[in-house]
Amino acid sequence: MIISIASGKGGTGKTTVATNLAVSLESDVQVLDCDVEEPNSHLFIQPTIEEVNTITTPVPEVDMEKCTLCGKCAEICQFHAIVVLGETVLPFHELCHSCGGCLLVCPEKAITETARELGVIERGHRNGLEFVHGRLRVGEAMSPPLIKKVREYTRPDILTIIDAPPGTSCPVIASMKGADFVLLVTEPTPFGLHDLKLAVGAVKILGIPCGLVINRSDMGNDQVKKYAKEEQLPVLMEIPFDRRIAEAYSRGDMVVDVMPEWKDRFLELYHRIEKIAV
Amino acid sequence: MKEIVIISGKGGTGKTSIIAAFASLAKNKVLCDADVDAADLHLIIDPEIRERHNFESGHTAIINQDKCTECGLCLDLCRWNAISEDFVVDQIECEGCGVCWYFCPEKAIDFPLNTCGEWYLSDTRFGPMAHARLDIAEDNSGKLVSLIRQEGKKLAEEKHLDLLLTDGPPGIGCPVIASLGGATTVLIVAEPTVSGRHDMERVAELAAFFKIPAMLCVNKFDLNPSEGEAIEAFAKEKNIGVIGRVPFDPAFTKAMIQGKTIVEFDSRSEGCEKVKSIWKNLLQIIEI
Repeated sequence: MIISIASGKGGTGKTTVATNLAVSLESDVQVLDCDVEEPNSHLFIQPTIEEVNTITTPVPEVDMEKCTLCGKCAEICQFHAIVVLGETVLPFHELCHSCGGCLLVCPEKAITETARELGVIERGHRNGLEFVHGRLRVGEAMSPPLIKKVREYTRPDILTIIDAPPGTSCPVIASMKGADFVLLVTEPTPFGLHDLKLAVGAVKILGIPCGLVINRSDMGNDQVKKYAKEEQLPVLMEIPFDRRIAEAYSRGDMVVDVMPEWKDRFLELYHRIEKIAV
Repeated sequence: MKEIVIISGKGGTGKTSIIAAFASLAKNKVLCDADVDAADLHLIIDPEIRERHNFESGHTAIINQDKCTECGLCLDLCRWNAISEDFVVDQIECEGCGVCWYFCPEKAIDFPLNTCGEWYLSDTRFGPMAHARLDIAEDNSGKLVSLIRQEGKKLAEEKHLDLLLTDGPPGIGCPVIASLGGATTVLIVAEPTVSGRHDMERVAELAAFFKIPAMLCVNKFDLNPSEGEAIEAFAKEKNIGVIGRVPFDPAFTKAMIQGKTIVEFDSRSEGCEKVKSIWKNLLQIIEI
């Protein structure tokens, strides 16, 4: 089973829920941190990293000996990533989406592919838990290709927990698509509710069952609960504001290590998800 | 004209609450919400929309089943595996590269322009505002961010205003990169947690990569003063101006619930006092 943990709004507690849920389970589990722009799960899980792979994407290189400046490559490129400029052809690697169109269209076979680094994928373990995350190279704009590479580490034989990035656009979709369940972590504030509605919209487009965790559940108003009721979204867990939790988080400590009574609550959360998803 | 862009790396550190407070304090400015993916500033600012425009960007392939001979060339060429065995394009997976459309021997593929959001020019009780909404599950957020900042600048020029206050998106990817180019300065709002420090370091590196001067304020500082100090020490090492600390103050959430800035809600709250002093420092540094 794949559980993707998303939120719409940032900072609602996705990573807290993902990591504490993972370490609370008795069964084999892997955590894939797909928030490749700002991955944080490793700060809590503290895995021993065993493998680091650099991930690249193909981008064009032009052999000017063969090029006749016909301009077909610039014509097919939807991303303005290759242009004919005077007597030369200039590829802009950072704009390239790696579709291979220029390579296919070039009548002189003057285009070959080289690589642009997207970032790295690190894989490791902590006790029985498998950990994988992507780290987008600073300056790289496109995170979805790296997220898709992280998701290739999914093992069908065990539970996969995905820590998704905030928002509702393509990186989030890449982190939720194909999941069996999406757990949306929200907070009962106007910002939390507004972004939750967007996230629920995204989950609906993908047709995945979902449920809510309301974090800092006593710091705000009752509008999120009202919305959940109207939309028939199950509230699977509530985490009241507790300065001890906030401080544990700030130090990089797991809630279940500092307050062991939470372990059973995360287990209960998992059982509730299991009932809906299966 | 000058532009201050507020970013954070990590989401939920308080960017929008702080920029809303600045909206109350700043004079002669245009507000710009560049967090087009999950825009929240309008929930406090309550803009009255004056102009509404479609945001059109990118294309998606659609196979015309009547013309398709199922030759399979598009399947072979598509690097996104966006075309199914029965020749239907997955609209979410389609990257909009146009390779299938270009090479289809039967010209059986349409490639229409997408409408993937809306952008607005509005009046608010704090002055003019440019903002937008990207449709759910869309890409091209970077292009919309660039567009909305440009429109914000145009508004400022028309109205002879000299400052653009821009609320940026979280992360370090495409929309954040689009929110940085040409900014006078970025203000990084960090939180004093291990995640906050990790993410702040990456977004500071991003600002340096694009050679945009950066400043820092740590929000909810008292939650973990030693992490807060570590973040400030990192900033100083990287020549990032440390311009203030904001305490954890529930007044921010209370103000948000009432649709007010903290200045409107309780201008004597500790949080508000600190934001005022940060704003003063900011103005001095960018010389307005």
